Amino acid sequence: MPQTFRIASVGRLDNADPVRFTFDGKSFEGLHGDTLASALLANGVHLVGRSFKYHRPRGMVSAGAEEPNALVGVHRDAARRAPNVRATVQEIHEGLDAVSQNRWPSLSFDVGALNDLASPFFSAGFYYKTFMWPKAAWERVYEPFIRRAAGLGEAPDRPDPDCYANRFAHCDVLVIGGGAAGLSAALAAADAGARVILADEQAETGGALRYETGAMIDGIPGWDWAQAVTAELVARDNVQLLTRTTGFGYYAQNMVGLVERLTDHLVSPATDQPRERLWQVRAKRVVLATGAIERHMVFPDNDRPGIMLASAARSYLNHFGVAVGRNVAVYTAEDSAWQAAIDLKRAGVSIAAIVDCRPDPQGPHVEEARRLGIECLTGHAVTGTAGRLRISSIKVRPASGGAERSIACDALITSSGWTPAVHLFSQSRGKLVFDAETQCFLPGNSVQDLTSVGACAGTVDLSETVAEALKAGHEAAGGAARKLPKLSADSTERWSGGMLGAGEGAGAESTAKAFVDFQNDVTAKDIRQAVREGMRSIEHVKRFTTTGMATDQGKTSNMHGLAIAAEMLGKPIPEVGLTTFRAPYTPVTFGALVGHGKGRLFEPVRRTPMHDWAEAHGAVFEDVGQWKRAWFFPQAGEDMHAAVARECRTVRQSAGIFDATTLGKIEVVGPDAARFMELMYTNPWQKLGIGRCRYGVMLREDGFIYDDGVVGRLAEDRFHVTTTTGGAPRVLNHMEDYLQTEFPDLKVYLTSTSEQWAVIAVQGPKSRDIIAPLVEGIDLSDEAMPHMSVREGMICGVPTRLFRMSFTGERGFEINVPADYGRAVWEAVWAEGEKHGACAYGTETMHVLRAEKGFIIVGQETDGTVTPHDAGLSWAIGRKKTDFVGMRGLARPDLVAPGRKQLVGLRTRDPKTVLEEGAQIVADSQAPIPVPMLGHVTSSYWSENCGHSIALALVAGGHERMGETLYVPMPDGVIAVEVTSTVFFDEKGERTNG
Amino acid sequence: MADAIARASALEGRFLNDEGITLVRAEPATRLSLRAPKTAVKSLSKALGLDLPQRPKTSTAKDGRAALWLGPDEWLVIDENEADLVGACASVSAFHSAVDVSHRNTAILVSGPRAEAVLNAGCPQDLSLDAFPVGACSRTVFGKTEIILWRTEKDAFRVECWRSFSDYVFMLLKAAARDR
Repeated sequence: MPQTFRIASVGRLDNADPVRFTFDGKSFEGLHGDTLASALLANGVHLVGRSFKYHRPRGMVSAGAEEPNALVGVHRDAARRAPNVRATVQEIHEGLDAVSQNRWPSLSFDVGALNDLASPFFSAGFYYKTFMWPKAAWERVYEPFIRRAAGLGEAPDRPDPDCYANRFAHCDVLVIGGGAAGLSAALAAADAGARVILADEQAETGGALRYETGAMIDGIPGWDWAQAVTAELVARDNVQLLTRTTGFGYYAQNMVGLVERLTDHLVSPATDQPRERLWQVRAKRVVLATGAIERHMVFPDNDRPGIMLASAARSYLNHFGVAVGRNVAVYTAEDSAWQAAIDLKRAGVSIAAIVDCRPDPQGPHVEEARRLGIECLTGHAVTGTAGRLRISSIKVRPASGGAERSIACDALITSSGWTPAVHLFSQSRGKLVFDAETQCFLPGNSVQDLTSVGACAGTVDLSETVAEALKAGHEAAGGAARKLPKLSADSTERWSGGMLGAGEGAGAESTAKAFVDFQNDVTAKDIRQAVREGMRSIEHVKRFTTTGMATDQGKTSNMHGLAIAAEMLGKPIPEVGLTTFRAPYTPVTFGALVGHGKGRLFEPVRRTPMHDWAEAHGAVFEDVGQWKRAWFFPQAGEDMHAAVARECRTVRQSAGIFDATTLGKIEVVGPDAARFMELMYTNPWQKLGIGRCRYGVMLREDGFIYDDGVVGRLAEDRFHVTTTTGGAPRVLNHMEDYLQTEFPDLKVYLTSTSEQWAVIAVQGPKSRDIIAPLVEGIDLSDEAMPHMSVREGMICGVPTRLFRMSFTGERGFEINVPADYGRAVWEAVWAEGEKHGACAYGTETMHVLRAEKGFIIVGQETDGTVTPHDAGLSWAIGRKKTDFVGMRGLARPDLVAPGRKQLVGLRTRDPKTVLEEGAQIVADSQAPIPVPMLGHVTSSYWSENCGHSIALALVAGGHERMGETLYVPMPDGVIAVEVTSTVFFDEKGERTNG
Repeated sequence: MADAIARASALEGRFLNDEGITLVRAEPATRLSLRAPKTAVKSLSKALGLDLPQRPKTSTAKDGRAALWLGPDEWLVIDENEADLVGACASVSAFHSAVDVSHRNTAILVSGPRAEAVLNAGCPQDLSLDAFPVGACSRTVFGKTEIILWRTEKDAFRVECWRSFSDYVFMLLKAAARDR
């Protein structure tokens, strides 16, 4: 199909550069540089979608980012199916595949359009009123119905295959908007030597100069000037010029979010090329040059395909060379639409009539229109339209009343004036001020370092715009010492006049559909109804009617809605208020916000130096925080239960080797190290001998257990502290916090050494035999190196801090070696271990073995409400100590009251029954519901070494209940348990020296 | 008894050379986390043969040894010749803390005309030469991890991070390098 609405003599696209694309499966031709909207219009296609609620046929309203109607799906492949793409923004490329939305079975025949006939039932507040009762219907009827009906377009059902980039940037001056104002500001700032970033949302800079044929800057036509300045800026080292880049959010301290679209306009982007790039720009000063957005006229049936904004028609004509119709009518309340009619007429398009609701508009454009022989109906209104899938005529009558007359047309362009785009200014927390004369909200006082220039600041005259933008750019760059640059600018364009609210025929008495918000199908009548039903604040009107709540955020509609509400309330507009402008200015993909942070980069995955060895030896891993830890090492034919049982047996019979690298480690150094340790832990430290270790318990101020770990004293002034794996960062923060705020006089420094050391635990009766051949310079005899001691020496030729300690109850060692040696030392230990029948074991076996000994795990036996006394660790509190963090907390009445939950062991009556962790414990299984609960199971395992199940539990008054029978009610029956000591194996603790 | 073991880097075999950007793992080095009040700075500087920098974001370097300012009383000392830094400080009697972190950190060398942009994919600091000149250093963030960033030349940075985070840091640098 030829581009029958393309006019070869106008526009800037190259007629020799065709591009083929499809819309709803039908093939079309456009030109390189077209948007989907301009290309469809070139082919005479206005109908591109169905409206959200009433399924009314809709066409392009605008030529830019504010588009409420022309939302389409763009499909690149099965996974790349973007819904709700604005056809006015999407550039076409060879093979572009676009589809209409919200219609079935087809765009021209849509069953959902029945909603339009049923529209009396779908008035404002419909959802709130209809889906009230019965309550039970919500889940089964209403919600599924609403969910099916809700939303436009179809979300892709596959993972997004594209990648997205992120960039932090800094600059002296950030300019948002690349029209006459933005370019002038950037030019002046760059001239003054500032680092400048200029962002413009379109493929090319130029803004309104794209269609304003009457603008001259620096002696040449505005558009040509814009392109020349752009080329000049691009060539400068101190300027970064970003096109296809939207400033979408303005945050604290002049942080502005930009999203740059990199590949959506390309035929076949490289697979590893990011689709979009998020810029997080920190600017010393921001210049907002975001322009203004034209409003449509509000009158009955103002939403038919073919009805669009006057400025859009001018863009399509003057830039894209496309006539939006052959016989175009104009309905306006301001001057710039007249110029659109003149441009169209001069390009050979017939103008059906210019209807202006003002009684007597004056000016050169009016004279010129009359001179061109256009019928000018001033003091008239359009009171209706006809045409099913495209406008075919308008009804016109004098504003003062009188006979209605029908005028045939195939397009209607409208304008009720311009709304300054103050979105980013408002997001910056600047206050908006209503200007009664122009009926606009304009930027008032700024609270951040920013300036608004040009149309977004209410300046409509081109020469004033350029002058104030040059000044803003110059000053933002700190160029005060230099001479302010000047540029001549002159324009025949006029933006005066305008109206807010509903026009003739859509007044309070009217039941017609005069749309305010096209995307959410909100009419003037809906807004009036909201006020009648008691909504007084515009925030309530908005939520009741959903006006301005669609993805376009009411860019074309909010001021109309506000004016209608104000009129109904009999209040001036500023008293009714303005809804909040929220980021993003236009929709931003999740991909852009996520950036690189997906897949393997979603979260760092931490692996120990021995990870690959464990993997090669069949380890199954579990996540512990960000760490991957070997969970168990199944051998051929073993399930988890069998593997853990074997590992548990082997450790106690021979030995096991365990990767304990992930434990947190902190080196506490300084002459006051012992004093500091006394304050941070419940235990006494002053008298701990050099080379000895102690199990330490750390409390919070409130007296509850915060962390624990074995601490070795390496020197008078140096401790090697270990923490739980998950506790490492917070324990260091906790210590640093107290050191800096409570005990700043102590001469102590803290250094994290968690990752300096790889830690290989060798546990079991053969542990000493295994490591002995590898260790140099350390006497491993019990006399020289008893349980709970630490020595520095060599192992496998590398330095080690060798701890003799045990989390299993067996004789045990923990070999600390510098991390890069970890794997090699592990392999050497493993080779020795194999000679003794040792096994590698994982975290599950570690858990079972420590539970057999009643050793707690912080975070499993404790939950932030457990004191050392509750956990049976009273012995770890230094009795003679006068101070430590948590000491006063421990004395609180509730913490010493009887009946607290205390840690006990549980044995099931049937030794084979393994309790469920978290299961509740009661005293009387027959008691009526709700049964008073005494506590819960914190740890529970099958113990191969004991030959029966074991469990730890927190039970009210547990220490006084030894030997009592309690009950664990489960869905399939009640389990009887006996309260026991927490130590199930080697109660006398002889094996640490065995 | 086994022979002395060679250090095994967490980034063994990792390398990227793309248009305008090169990522290489740094050679093994010794490192010291040095904490000291002002009173010990002079004697520590003498012991290390290097003036400990006193101004934020600055470093000093000499003969393969460098001291990076991390805080008013904190430095990271790196010796590319693997000299014994703990030993060097042992003679200083003034109160200080010298902790060996040679293996805690690992380092990636990021170089090329695109180095600055690639780092700015995850580092929010202003890395322009005016704000972050050659020799500048800072403990900062890169994506979701902490790094110490040190500009060694106009187009060359050293990124120090904890050993287990180096895989993430390298992968993020690599992903950022795709953004041309």
